[in-house]
Amino acid sequence: MARNIQSLERAAAMLRLLAGGERRLGLSDIASTLGLAKGTAHGILRTLQQEGFVEQDEASGRYQLGAELLRLGNSYLDVHELRARALVWTDDLARSSGESVYLGVVHQQGVLIVHHVFRPDDSRQVLEVGAMHPLHSTALGKVLSAYDPVAHSEVTEADRKAFTPRTVTGEREFEGVLDLIRARGWACDVEETWEGVASVAAPIHDRRRLPVGAVGITGAVERVCDDGELRSELVAAVRDCARAVSRDLGALRF
Amino acid sequence: MTDTHTTSASSHGQGPFIAAIDQGTTSSRCIVFDRDGRIVSVDQKEHEQIFPKPGWVEHNATEIWENVKEVVAGAISKAGITAIDVKAIGITNQRETTLLWDRNTGEPVHNAIVWQDTRTDTLCRELGRNVGQDRFRRETGLPLASYFAGPKIRWLLDNVEGLRERAEAGDILFGTMDSWVIWNLTGGVNGGVHVTDVTNASRTLLMNLHTLDWDEKILTSMDIPAAVLPRIRSSAEVYGHTAEGILAGVPVASALGDQQAALFGQTCYAEGEAKSTYGTGTFLLMNTGEKPVNSYNGLLTTVGYRIGEEKPVYALEGSIAVTGSLVQWMRDQMGLINSAAEIETLASSVEDNGGAYFVPAFSGLFAPYWRDDARGVIAGLTRYVTKAHIARAVLEATAWQTREIVDAMTKDSGVELTALKVDGGMTSNNLLMQTLSDALDAPVVRPMVAETTCLGAAYAAGLAVGFWPDTDALRANWRRAAEWTPRMDADVRDREYKNWLKAVQRTMGWIEDEE
Repeated sequence: MARNIQSLERAAAMLRLLAGGERRLGLSDIASTLGLAKGTAHGILRTLQQEGFVEQDEASGRYQLGAELLRLGNSYLDVHELRARALVWTDDLARSSGESVYLGVVHQQGVLIVHHVFRPDDSRQVLEVGAMHPLHSTALGKVLSAYDPVAHSEVTEADRKAFTPRTVTGEREFEGVLDLIRARGWACDVEETWEGVASVAAPIHDRRRLPVGAVGITGAVERVCDDGELRSELVAAVRDCARAVSRDLGALRF
Repeated sequence: MTDTHTTSASSHGQGPFIAAIDQGTTSSRCIVFDRDGRIVSVDQKEHEQIFPKPGWVEHNATEIWENVKEVVAGAISKAGITAIDVKAIGITNQRETTLLWDRNTGEPVHNAIVWQDTRTDTLCRELGRNVGQDRFRRETGLPLASYFAGPKIRWLLDNVEGLRERAEAGDILFGTMDSWVIWNLTGGVNGGVHVTDVTNASRTLLMNLHTLDWDEKILTSMDIPAAVLPRIRSSAEVYGHTAEGILAGVPVASALGDQQAALFGQTCYAEGEAKSTYGTGTFLLMNTGEKPVNSYNGLLTTVGYRIGEEKPVYALEGSIAVTGSLVQWMRDQMGLINSAAEIETLASSVEDNGGAYFVPAFSGLFAPYWRDDARGVIAGLTRYVTKAHIARAVLEATAWQTREIVDAMTKDSGVELTALKVDGGMTSNNLLMQTLSDALDAPVVRPMVAETTCLGAAYAAGLAVGFWPDTDALRANWRRAAEWTPRMDADVRDREYKNWLKAVQRTMGWIEDEE
């Protein structure tokens, strides 16, 4: 029988001790209860603290269970939380790019639009929150397919329909597109879903670098592209926005 | 908290810029805006909330002034600009919070008494004499209530030793936070100007809405010496210039109470346009044009804004005590959700409220009922109702309460609401915004800049110095970020509203006379 790892056993004992009711314990209490030297106990606590499983109260120096433990059992990020966090940044992206902004997450076999900011002109527009977009042809969908393993398995099993002559449908070609997206950090869709429409998107990551969604802009191909290439300042603006939202999620605490 | 959302400076083009100071209830902020009304930089600092006794709330005005200086310097340096790039400073502030200070030393004579403070409850009842709450309503548009500044001044004069004599000798100045900030910015003891704007003055219970001047009869009734009062100026004009510091020499060119600033920032410049700010509570203001409209339905009549020598624009105001705080209650007291945003997830898991209605009359019913004997109820419960239905009822409570205020405004003003412009934290809740549009049977529109309060102060200051030519130019800056249109059938709306009103009836008379 394989030997158990002692420090893991001790860490588990500490977590159980701290979980025993709503309380904070000092280092000496923890060490003496578990029969450990203070130095040993402190080393383990510090490691747990770095992983977010334990938090130290600044004022008293006492330890308590950390937010990361709650998140383990409830790891799914609420899409409405995502929208609330993204609101300021997506508004600013719409203003700086002059295009409409969409925020999407993987849902069943597609992209669920969870947030939409109108293009900042006075034209009549309809809120598209709740709409589903395809995974394999839109910029949002391709970003999610490239970064999220769940989206990837959905998209490879799905029937990749050609919406326009430019839609990429072949498996090897599509995998090549995803490789490029991972290398560059963003995806585009130039008339691959809708004629005359182009979009750019980038991934949003949470604190643990897990992909939780994608943000992008969509507009007329004449405005979004220049000489058949995506305008680099728009790509930069989308990536800035995605990074800003990711940073905001990193600060997320229960 | 010190925070910036720095967007790449290049996307903002070159200056010049307008700086807006928001002296709020929990913090002071400074935001730098560019000509398109976009945010260039932000700095913010919280100040201490002082609770000397139950129901008493105070702020240290010296701390607030230090914070204001700090956030101005912070925002300017984060923007990477200097005084030459800043064309004007605008000010918006927590309303009604009252300060008296010594004009010779610049020292406050007491902590500022915050609008939430209820120490003047008894005094207000005494001042009402045989007439009651509405004794000064015709002149001021307000009921005699502890929020407003006048009774707070009287309390200070009565309770700080020797203050009345010093005030009558002309050594003491009164101001709401706009006056305090402007006086200090423009030099303080060395020639600081002692002014307030019409919107702030309209919250003192001392200003006559028709003359826009201090009402001598009320001053006599409240026993407040006119010598302490600032001059009442418009909301958008150059009051003076910054005396020193990072923005020395820059014109101080606007002041607006926070809710009026939001109305201005939302560009509600035409009669019938209204904005609603959804935070822990909700404030709805409707532009009623050039005449003050008396309310017979429990709303406040107030000045919306006045630009320089132009005619004043009036507004009706209705507030809802419990909106966002009901969602917080679901999270903190009930534990039904982990974060405020999750209320939408929970509520979206069902199609309707399952017959449940939640009237959060936690401390009585406010406008348009004003019943302090009411307490909260959840009505219509059956075995069928789940926590998701309750979540839905929570969101609907905010929508129906807004509808009640809007109905009262329509009754008072005769003006139908065409669309409601919304801002505040709860506007990220898509289901709530849709529900609101359904309840009002009117479009609900969210603008692209969330910081409408600061933006309003910046707009007014920019108008005063010619940075923007007129309100049309400001309207052109306004961008729609989202719009929700009604989807509910008329018969469903009528039935649901009727049920809501029935639930409201169930809250009344819960608290019985204590005598």
